[in-house]
Amino acid sequence: MSKISRRKFVTTGLVAAAGASGLAAAVGLAHRYGLVPPDSGGIYGPGETLTYAAQRLLTTHSLAREFPRSMISKTPFANELAPFKDAFKAHQANGFADWRLSVDGMVARPASLSLSDLKSFPVRSQITEVVCEEGWSYVAEWIGTPLHEVLRSCGILPQARYIVYYSIEPDWWESIDIADALHPQTLLTLGMNDGDLPVGFGGPLRLRVPRQLGYKSVKFITRITATDSLKGFGKGLGSASPEAGYAWYAGI
Amino acid sequence: MPDAALLQNSAPPRHSAFVRVTHWITTLCFFALLVTGIEIVISHPRFYWGETGNNLTRPLFQIPIPASRNLVPTGYGYVLPDQNGWSRYLHFQAAWALVFTGLIYFIWGLWTGHFRSNLFPAPDDRNWRAFLGVLAKHIRLTRPDESEAFSYNVLQRATYLIVIFVLFPLVILTGLALSPGFNSAVPAVVNGLGGRQSARTLHFFLTGFLVAFLIVHVGMVIWAGFGCRVRAMITGIATVPEERI
Repeated sequence: MSKISRRKFVTTGLVAAAGASGLAAAVGLAHRYGLVPPDSGGIYGPGETLTYAAQRLLTTHSLAREFPRSMISKTPFANELAPFKDAFKAHQANGFADWRLSVDGMVARPASLSLSDLKSFPVRSQITEVVCEEGWSYVAEWIGTPLHEVLRSCGILPQARYIVYYSIEPDWWESIDIADALHPQTLLTLGMNDGDLPVGFGGPLRLRVPRQLGYKSVKFITRITATDSLKGFGKGLGSASPEAGYAWYAGI
Repeated sequence: MPDAALLQNSAPPRHSAFVRVTHWITTLCFFALLVTGIEIVISHPRFYWGETGNNLTRPLFQIPIPASRNLVPTGYGYVLPDQNGWSRYLHFQAAWALVFTGLIYFIWGLWTGHFRSNLFPAPDDRNWRAFLGVLAKHIRLTRPDESEAFSYNVLQRATYLIVIFVLFPLVILTGLALSPGFNSAVPAVVNGLGGRQSARTLHFFLTGFLVAFLIVHVGMVIWAGFGCRVRAMITGIATVPEERI
């Protein structure tokens, strides 16, 4: 200690104090501008917050890469699914004729939409890649209704900050922030490669979020809810993924 | 040895405090990234070239280990436990710590002339003869002499420069090219690497090069005198193994 001069000691202290208050100010700003993910509480919170904040600042309006038709994978891979419950099997036996998507929460006009209602919205197609967190991927053409069309038609309220969406299969739900929900490529997907969306790939209805990993693209969607806070949903971590140990934000 | 102790205290440290701290932070981050990276690979130990690849595609190569996912055709009759959740969280947290440490180190190294004076080959060594001379010494398994306790030789400098300025930047870049969010903002990186699966395969090979470096690096430290060299990187005080004085 004797080797450290008083000046050096004071300088180091000032730098440390400036660093600490700078960090505190950054954390405050991050909360204010919605740059903190809902699963930021644990020991991995700093890394998650940095990733989410950096990507939100960098990618709010960026588009996922789209590919030429020649790059559509000849062998797309449908990931393993848990055995279907009776509710899904009944719809399957019925050819999904009675499938409904309910839209509720912070919308002016809650709705219950059939698959043909969804097809009456402007239908878009995109050739994008499904990227699994395990490392594998495939490219397919996805056809459906952009989520923002449905949200706007239901009169999404300006204070809504997240969209929570549910599969008909139990304990399978996710949420995305409003930037991803209103993103032009976020698609309520009804078709794949010029046909109906096969059950293995999430048919009759899957929410595709192409700027995030595959596990955010929940299969067999029956309900979407607009909300200003994720605290009241499940354990308050944002979705089922963090409850199972996986990050809520999967843009990486 | 009162004189020697005095000399050690007044002499500048072998490694500056900044180098020592960043070295050990990098070591910690690298181990976290390596262990979690291996866990993530176990969920799909197959590698491809190009944009896409999955269980139904022919792989470029496959690591002959069991997988932590049921549908991966590994030839093993069992599935390992899934460790991807915490592995992914920790992988990215360690990556952030590594990138920040690296950035600060880079700015500091330029500012203080650390790269110029300690890592860029010394003026007398900027020729093949010096390089081959050190190489020949290594091949003959000559133990490093006393002077090498206080400065890096030219082969060492070249290796460190490649690790710092080639391997680490490339492993970070290929890692970023696996992020769908990053790829939407900066598609040129993943496209330039030949597609997403190519980037993943390159990320794996670059890790292999870094692990090879780590093994040789630790091997050379043991060869030169583990206690002395590690003490120099912890306390800054360089010594020469007693049997060689």
